[in-house]
Amino acid sequence: MSVTGKVWKFGDHVDTDQILPAERLVSENLAHLNDFVFEKTRPGLSSEIKKGDIMVAGRNFGCGSSREHAPRALMQSGIACIIADSFARIFFRNSINIGLLLVECNIDVKEGDIITIDPEKGKVITNKKEYEFPQYPEFIASLISKGGLMAKIREELR
Amino acid sequence: MRMGKTISEKILSARSGVDAYAGMIVEADIDYVMVNDVTGPIAFREFDELSTSAKKEKIVLIPDHYVPNKDIASAEQAKEMRNFAERHNIENYFEVGKSGVCHQIMVDEGFAAPGRLIVGADSHTCTYGGLNAFSTGIGSTEAAAVFATGRLWFKVPETIKVELTGSFKKYVSGKDLIIKIITDIGVDGASYKAFEFSGPGVRNISVSDRLTIANMAIEAGGKAGIFPCDELTEEYIRDIVKGDYEPFCADKDARYGQTLRYDLSKLELMVAYPHLPENGRSVKDSKVRIDQAYLGSCTNGRIEDMRVAASIVKGKKVAKGVRFIVVPASPRVYRQMLDEGLFQIFLDAGAFISGPTCGACLGGYMGILADKEKAISSTNRNFIGRMGHKGSEVYLAGPAVVAASALTGYISEPDEVR
Repeated sequence: MSVTGKVWKFGDHVDTDQILPAERLVSENLAHLNDFVFEKTRPGLSSEIKKGDIMVAGRNFGCGSSREHAPRALMQSGIACIIADSFARIFFRNSINIGLLLVECNIDVKEGDIITIDPEKGKVITNKKEYEFPQYPEFIASLISKGGLMAKIREELR
Repeated sequence: MRMGKTISEKILSARSGVDAYAGMIVEADIDYVMVNDVTGPIAFREFDELSTSAKKEKIVLIPDHYVPNKDIASAEQAKEMRNFAERHNIENYFEVGKSGVCHQIMVDEGFAAPGRLIVGADSHTCTYGGLNAFSTGIGSTEAAAVFATGRLWFKVPETIKVELTGSFKKYVSGKDLIIKIITDIGVDGASYKAFEFSGPGVRNISVSDRLTIANMAIEAGGKAGIFPCDELTEEYIRDIVKGDYEPFCADKDARYGQTLRYDLSKLELMVAYPHLPENGRSVKDSKVRIDQAYLGSCTNGRIEDMRVAASIVKGKKVAKGVRFIVVPASPRVYRQMLDEGLFQIFLDAGAFISGPTCGACLGGYMGILADKEKAISSTNRNFIGRMGHKGSEVYLAGPAVVAASALTGYISEPDEVR
């Protein structure tokens, strides 16, 4: 299923402390983590993100803390997909497990551009160009298609 | 002919039953899975939804981020962990008083040991590589999966070999080496890879320093940072380790993606400038004024760090206008400090000593920075707003530099205060 949305642009090495500051890591916030995304470095952003929007970043997105709250907060805020040159390892695993679409691809876009991602065909389509990105390895693709790690475990425990 | 293996490949082979090499994806048996008070609640909810029994002998629950409870929200959060431990009859729950920074508890209580495969819902779980374990940070949902199955999938990492020769000059430590490495290769220089430390220099590095080095493998994006097991390792864990363990060493013909070489005797005292750990510079060239000096954390909150710092501040006073905050990483470290008279030295100097906690390292509490304030800190991250206000700055260094800077009020080498 393809995704079309507005781009929010970020740079290299966006860490999970920026995505969701440590002060907010308490369980009473778990249902509304989206209120706090990027509150220190891009205040006001959380109320501007609309469902289906897309984040585009540079290298090493999601580095730092293992807090799963970070991808959960982005998902809750409506982000449909993150495109980055590369992702930090734990953030990548967390996102797959909760069903947040990540695409590793270097694309040339501006904030506010409308772009389309077609995961099946492995394509990102901007108003200027089409980009191809590689498919996930089989094991990870199957994990995603099952609906994440917990869905896989449920299947195994059955 | 059979190809040689790195330490990571050997541990993941042993635990998965598969002849594992870099690039393969394997499912492996986990020795221990640890969560803390911040990452635990998501794991508890995910696990409880499975309605299955817990592999409780593998589970370790350590409240450390916001305990002793800093406010009502963290009190409620800490209660969730306590209730989960009771509900599932999990023995390895560490209540305040027995608790401390989770990674130091994992070491002090003997969960971390050579050859083990350990995961934790905390990115600095890679610390136990200092003891020849393959240990790595995971998410909360993954921790819940391990609670249920005792297993987890891994992509077997390619390994960066770090060949070490020589020994550190006085006051130069593991912290300086790892900041140097991160500065050389960048904060994503080891993404998805493991470091393996080797060479004649290893035996000149204390186990405490090895834990510091392995701890910050993640700051280069690393999945693990592993040391060989030698007589220093055996000596360090002799009285604390739980159960049996089997060390692994690399084969002579193991394949490495890259080799880095460092002569420890050539390393200088390092400080990583804001806002990335890769911004390492020589302390010599740094005269930044500071408001706070922070000594603690899973990176440098061990007794060896406290001893070095105490030797520098002994008989001297903390500079006017500077808060010197000392946070032992565990009750064991705390007690050793007391027994060795280090409390006296720090208190006489005008330092504040807290009980074991993650404290201000991640901007929790017990030393949060205001706008435009600067801290020299023995912790591991200097991201924007990491220890408080987004306008504050964190400079990362080893315990000797933190102690010296507390005395002068600016980032200093220990020689300046002798």
